Amino acid sequence: MADPLTSSTTPAAMTGIPTSRAPASTLPDGYGPRSRWLDRRLPVISLLRREYVVYPTPRNLNYLWNFGALATVALAMLILTGIFLAIAYTPTAAGAFASVEAIDRQVGSGWVIRSTHMAGASMVFAALYVHTFRSLYYGSYKEPREVLWLTGMLLLVMMMVTAFAGYVLPWGQMSYWGASVVSGAISSLPGIGHPLAVWLQGGDTIGDVTLHRYYALHFVLGFLILGAVVLHVVALHVTGSSNPLGIEVKGPQDTLPFHPYYTSKDAIGVVLFLIAFAVLVFYLPGWLTQPDNYIEANPYSTPADITPEWYFAPFYAVLRAVPSQLGGLLLSAGSVLVLFAVPWLDTSPVHSARFRPLYRIAMMLLVVAFLLLLACGLHRPAGIWLALSRIATLYWFLHFLVLLPLLGGIETPLKLPDSIGRPVLPPRQATISTAGAGLPMPDGAMAQRMEND
Amino acid sequence: MAVQTDPQTAGPAPSGPDFSGPDFSGHDSHGHHPESGPRRDFLTLLTGAAAVIGAGAFAFPFLDSLAPVGGPDAADATVDVDLSKIAPGQQIVVVWRGKPVFVVHRTPKALLGLQDTNLTDRLRDWASRERQQPDYVVNWHRSIAPEYGVMVGICTHLGCVPGYVPNPSATDPVANWPGGYACPCHGSKFDLAGRVFQGAPAQYNLPVPPYSMPTRSSLRIGLSPDDLDFDFSTIRQL
Ligand code: HEM
Ligand code: FES
Repeated sequence: MADPLTSSTTPAAMTGIPTSRAPASTLPDGYGPRSRWLDRRLPVISLLRREYVVYPTPRNLNYLWNFGALATVALAMLILTGIFLAIAYTPTAAGAFASVEAIDRQVGSGWVIRSTHMAGASMVFAALYVHTFRSLYYGSYKEPREVLWLTGMLLLVMMMVTAFAGYVLPWGQMSYWGASVVSGAISSLPGIGHPLAVWLQGGDTIGDVTLHRYYALHFVLGFLILGAVVLHVVALHVTGSSNPLGIEVKGPQDTLPFHPYYTSKDAIGVVLFLIAFAVLVFYLPGWLTQPDNYIEANPYSTPADITPEWYFAPFYAVLRAVPSQLGGLLLSAGSVLVLFAVPWLDTSPVHSARFRPLYRIAMMLLVVAFLLLLACGLHRPAGIWLALSRIATLYWFLHFLVLLPLLGGIETPLKLPDSIGRPVLPPRQATISTAGAGLPMPDGAMAQRMEND
Repeated sequence: MAVQTDPQTAGPAPSGPDFSGPDFSGHDSHGHHPESGPRRDFLTLLTGAAAVIGAGAFAFPFLDSLAPVGGPDAADATVDVDLSKIAPGQQIVVVWRGKPVFVVHRTPKALLGLQDTNLTDRLRDWASRERQQPDYVVNWHRSIAPEYGVMVGICTHLGCVPGYVPNPSATDPVANWPGGYACPCHGSKFDLAGRVFQGAPAQYNLPVPPYSMPTRSSLRIGLSPDDLDFDFSTIRQL
């Protein structure tokens, strides 16, 4: 009676759609014929349902697991505001500064869009730093999530390059001299340094051509980051999230469906995050910018104090902590790159710092070292600030290169719980029972799975 | 420790409260199913409404930023012209709000011609009845000072820029040509006051922009004389 394509009971062979592969469309009862029709051709509904509705998520995730979603929200804001800024921006040395002034003063609502873009950069880095330290603290990078960790680190590096290129675009004094300092740093590499810098900036000095390049780079990287986030999330959904106990999910008693439990938990975080975001945009727009960047780039006069954006400050502090130019550069790059190796530097099989008394202390010191470096990067490298930046740099490398490999052997971990469900649920629910009729949960045949476990 | 890699098999059980989350069945004192009670419906509605309003407010700045901005082409731009540099019989073209504006210095002979009934009989709208100019230039010369004509040089047929053909001719571009403008595109003709000739496709006189004369020898295009006003967007045909 019904159109064969829309009937859920018609064998696939009769629909003319090949059946040699497992069907991608896996909708349970309760979906209408139109949804089924679409889903059989492009299984977007199945996909969303599988990955964001019934997706089994450890039931004990805390609020630190919000920060990936928060970074995603900030990234979305950056891309959206970025597109609208690009519409009004002129990427030439002669026109860039004036076009940014025009965005702030003449383009309708241009000031909100620009302010949101600037605050967005800070919000995304703030979210990423918490996200990364969360992963370090709970050992989220360990087997089987090493590739997930690598895609995350790739994102962090891409984000840094994008933020740097973007900072050059307004063509103010800080833009120009920031770009100069980075070019100078690249030039100081032995051998390839100078040719590399010339090749990057398209000439012997920073000028119109350089600005064009940075504009293209900034624009393209924003979308490449989006693509890398997709890889990151695919890798995440292959293994599933880790959790504060750092033990893997052993069965349905350890998980909750993503929706509504984590959609609502993420929503709370997003609302708070957006409030903080809005406060920055509307009440503290001057916090995140430097007055010198409202003076047009002048190649013949350097501002008295070149301070980086706060999110680069920790690595800037490492750069200045050593008196050697090349040494500072290598250490600074190394302080980020060392993170890529963390899954192989850490020798302990225990994931979560909750069960690793020594690692837990080391992690807290690492956070302190990071915050100290951040503060040092915003102050002149002299006196106490120089001393502190040296101590913190030392600890940063000590932590990753010495403590991580050694602690695995030295430390006696605390006893791990048997399962996620046991310490979290009241005893009645933690033991498997078959009684009752509570919330009707979709999805199929789980019962045997438990008996097997 | 087994690694759980297949989300499908790790999913919650099809029924049974134990794996599917906290049991809320005791929470609703009115006996409603927690997923469909009026309270839940109300909260869903409220959340949805807040989201819609929020999305609208959020969209506003983005759409607003696409609106036109100030600058030489803006709707309130003015252009000053020094008339002392234009010889009798000469015309200059200035750009005002992105459009060409003809400023012509008419000779006394040309001014006599504009009032000749042999000419006005050949025009569609010799008395400037259509709203193609500010009220303060509705007169036989369509301007403030008779010797200076000011009009937007865009043909009212399909928008080409008419050519300046000031000298009378018995044959060219048409028989008994008194001097004026000839459009290269489809042959529309206008006299030296921008009034359109019959027998050609354009229906309306060339528009006259709002302008004023701060001195006897200067124009300010875009600004009407004091205590007069004209909104250029209200003309009949550009
Ligand atoms: C634009 C940048 C990034 C976005 C949008 C992003 C997004 C996400 C999201 C949505 C999640 C799942 C929710 C959560 O666990 O918070 C996640 C998990 C994860 N991310 Fe990221 N991430 C980014 C960068 C990073 C960086 C820089 C790292 C560190 C190197 C990283 C490492 C991880 C790890 C290890 C997990 C799994 C955590 C666990 O399951 O315990 N990500 N990411
Ligand atoms: S556009 Fe001038 S005659 Fe057609």
